[in-house]
Amino acid sequence: MTTTVEKQTGDKAPLKVVGTRPIRHDSLDKVVGRARFGADIAMAGLLHGKVLRSPHAHARIRSIDVSKALALPGVKAVVTARDLPIIKDAVVDFGETQGNSRMLAENVLAHAKVLYVGHAVAAVAATSPHIAEEALSLIEVDYEVLPPVMNVRDAMKDGAPLLHDDLTLRNVGERFARGTDTGIRSNIASHIQFKRGDLEKGFQEAATVVEHEFTTRTVHQGYIEPHVSTAYWAPDGHITVWTSTQGAFGIRDQTAAMLDVPPSTVKVVPMEIGGGFGGKINTYLDPVVALLSRKSGHPVKISMSRKEVFEATGPTSAAYMRAKIGAAKDGRITAAQLYLAFEAGAFPGSPVGAGAGTGLAPYKLDNLLVDGYDVVVNKPKVAAYRAPGSPQAAFAVETVVDELAEKLGMDPLEFRLKNATKEGDRLPSGVQMPPVGYIELLQAMKRHPHYSAPLSGPNRGRGVAVGYWHNAGFSSSATLSVNADGTVSLITGSVDIGGTRTAVAMQAAEVLGIRAEDVMPTVGDTDSVGWTGVTGGSRTAFSTGLAAIAAAENVKRQMVARAALLWETQPQDVEVRDGVFVSIKNPQNRLTFKELAGKLMRTGGPVSASASSNPRKVSPGVAGLIVDVEVDTDTGKTTLLRCTAFQEVGKAAHPTYVEGQTQGGTAQALGWALNEEYVWSKDGVMLNPTWLDYRMPTSLDLPMIEAVLVEVGNPAHPFGIRGVGEVSIVPPLAAVANAIHKAIGVRMRDLPMSPEAVRRAIEAKGAAG
Amino acid sequence: MAVVWVPPLLQKHTGGAERVRVEGATLRQVVTNLCARYPGMRPRLLTEDGQLQSGMAVAIDGETNHLGLLEPVRDDAEVHFIPAISGG
Repeated sequence: MTTTVEKQTGDKAPLKVVGTRPIRHDSLDKVVGRARFGADIAMAGLLHGKVLRSPHAHARIRSIDVSKALALPGVKAVVTARDLPIIKDAVVDFGETQGNSRMLAENVLAHAKVLYVGHAVAAVAATSPHIAEEALSLIEVDYEVLPPVMNVRDAMKDGAPLLHDDLTLRNVGERFARGTDTGIRSNIASHIQFKRGDLEKGFQEAATVVEHEFTTRTVHQGYIEPHVSTAYWAPDGHITVWTSTQGAFGIRDQTAAMLDVPPSTVKVVPMEIGGGFGGKINTYLDPVVALLSRKSGHPVKISMSRKEVFEATGPTSAAYMRAKIGAAKDGRITAAQLYLAFEAGAFPGSPVGAGAGTGLAPYKLDNLLVDGYDVVVNKPKVAAYRAPGSPQAAFAVETVVDELAEKLGMDPLEFRLKNATKEGDRLPSGVQMPPVGYIELLQAMKRHPHYSAPLSGPNRGRGVAVGYWHNAGFSSSATLSVNADGTVSLITGSVDIGGTRTAVAMQAAEVLGIRAEDVMPTVGDTDSVGWTGVTGGSRTAFSTGLAAIAAAENVKRQMVARAALLWETQPQDVEVRDGVFVSIKNPQNRLTFKELAGKLMRTGGPVSASASSNPRKVSPGVAGLIVDVEVDTDTGKTTLLRCTAFQEVGKAAHPTYVEGQTQGGTAQALGWALNEEYVWSKDGVMLNPTWLDYRMPTSLDLPMIEAVLVEVGNPAHPFGIRGVGEVSIVPPLAAVANAIHKAIGVRMRDLPMSPEAVRRAIEAKGAAG
Repeated sequence: MAVVWVPPLLQKHTGGAERVRVEGATLRQVVTNLCARYPGMRPRLLTEDGQLQSGMAVAIDGETNHLGLLEPVRDDAEVHFIPAISGG
């Protein structure tokens, strides 16, 4: 259902397309299997590639001998890190994020050390996948095995094995830079801090202080489609890459940087994508297949297995956290302290900065201290995962807040309302809170029937939690072309993961006064549309929508000029009423968009327009969850009885897709809360790299998730659209923990809250009396 | 003059000051003047060739900065140096 909270009615004309639920443009292709994914690529001379991966979590590479593999009939090329030209530090700019080209390259093909089980060491291209597989077994790698460090607390200890000999602790803003640093050799890559007020005084003013430690485990995004990439390096030096990615331009720029070629020589064709959630922003295979293609002279394709996806792509950080919050008798928070240590995996770059910036963001705080540590460990380099860093931090904060409210005898939502951050209040970073309907969200949660519904029966409990996410803007580009039949072709650079193709087309249609079905969207490659950032950061419907709106406004101006030409008048004498062009002076002169489109070739030729967006004002996302659980105290199994997910969405462009985002993020977090984790051996081997053993929720595990969309609008967008893709994943971890506490009186502070873990907690509580 | 919010870990370079007022009509002028007054800040904010350090974002009056050091800074603007954050 959609709950609309009217806040900014103003005198704007009612929307006719945005906010409706047309059938998505790509639905038929997806339903009948006609949509082309990366694995569908086939072409003459195509070779099949395989990657040799490290069996060790930490080892020095003494030598690699590929001669026997090369001698195997059918093998056309073998590559190792020696084939990569980039082995020095340099910044690769992906738009508003950057990477270190040396580390990117070393993750793609290990140079001197392997840093996790699954780290790529060499790759083979052969005439069949079976020959390529056999060739891998003929590559001889001499390793000097080193002790691994497998969790963040061990990695931070003095004397811990060091992953990188040259890594020294750097302070905020220096993660990838060479500037002055502390000089301390460490696995701690960076320390960031937010501080405000007088923490000690704040805690002294508190009537109640709650402080606890929390841990989360390594979890994967779990997209259904494995990574797959095909490349052809033509003799003229041009490289074409067909790949599964969230951002074609990012892959182009990463690949070009690693291969040391101009970006203009690399064309990336983004195929349809079977999920990403942040995990398909970094490159893993693209430079490797390109190198194999250059060496072999053939196009080369590599598809990862599920095991490779788990072991060799980017999960999100496991974390160790401490949260301490104090409040006065009236419920006002007087001080808050948050300590976050996030695993980055093998190379620096965990989302600890985002966790530090978001965990306490829902609360107005005069006194706070947040410390965040980015720590390397012998696990795969983490990647973004839906609101990266925020779910972990919110798990700690929202669990402590729940306990604090309980100790003060306050309703948990009333407690949050009393302390809620409002527009203009300071976020932990010191930046002011942008406009967002957080108060409206909390009020919608309070008055929802679920919150007051009776919950009877033993071992049942109801929990709540909220979450905050920054959202992103970034740049996008769009091109519109009017066709003679009155339809409009739309090309954007945004990969469509969650229905954004249609959501963006709807915004162009709204401006042009035509049906959503009459705008035909295409996702372009890097040679056919302007630079566009990744589909990530909850930005696409918002930012690519702004580009499409700007292009549509341009098209409309040109169409008005054509109508004026036809009627031998001036453009200012033509207006557009409900999608119909009308002469103000002679109102009998009327042309629909379709009628006028048919006259373009006789009035000056085709009409098209391109535009790019680069929004400065970006509004955050807020979400909340109410969840009912029942705990089997014999087995420890938690059953989800009822879930209601709330999200402030600005204006839902296509409510069905927005509800899907809200439900999808909630479902992922429920799996993260209850079951999901990488299980490691002491040697750093993942013991559960299959869907059977890595337990993601199925439809049998989840109740219907009711999505409540709170629409307060977004002043930074002409139709009020706000990014919606991520924030729903933030509240569930703590909401489930809080519900379990209500059900059986046990506080769960370590993820996952699996039957085994809950059972242990029950036993510990019993032993403690 | 713009108000620069000094990141806590860099406040040792400003004698503990959390906020400092700095003149400048662009971010380059603000940062140049800031670093002239507090030389220890320079390697933290700028690369050797005078560019903004990567991995760091600058928010001016709460808005994302797209022009880097060329970004205009109005009088009394708030300038924040924060970790660059990307989404998923």
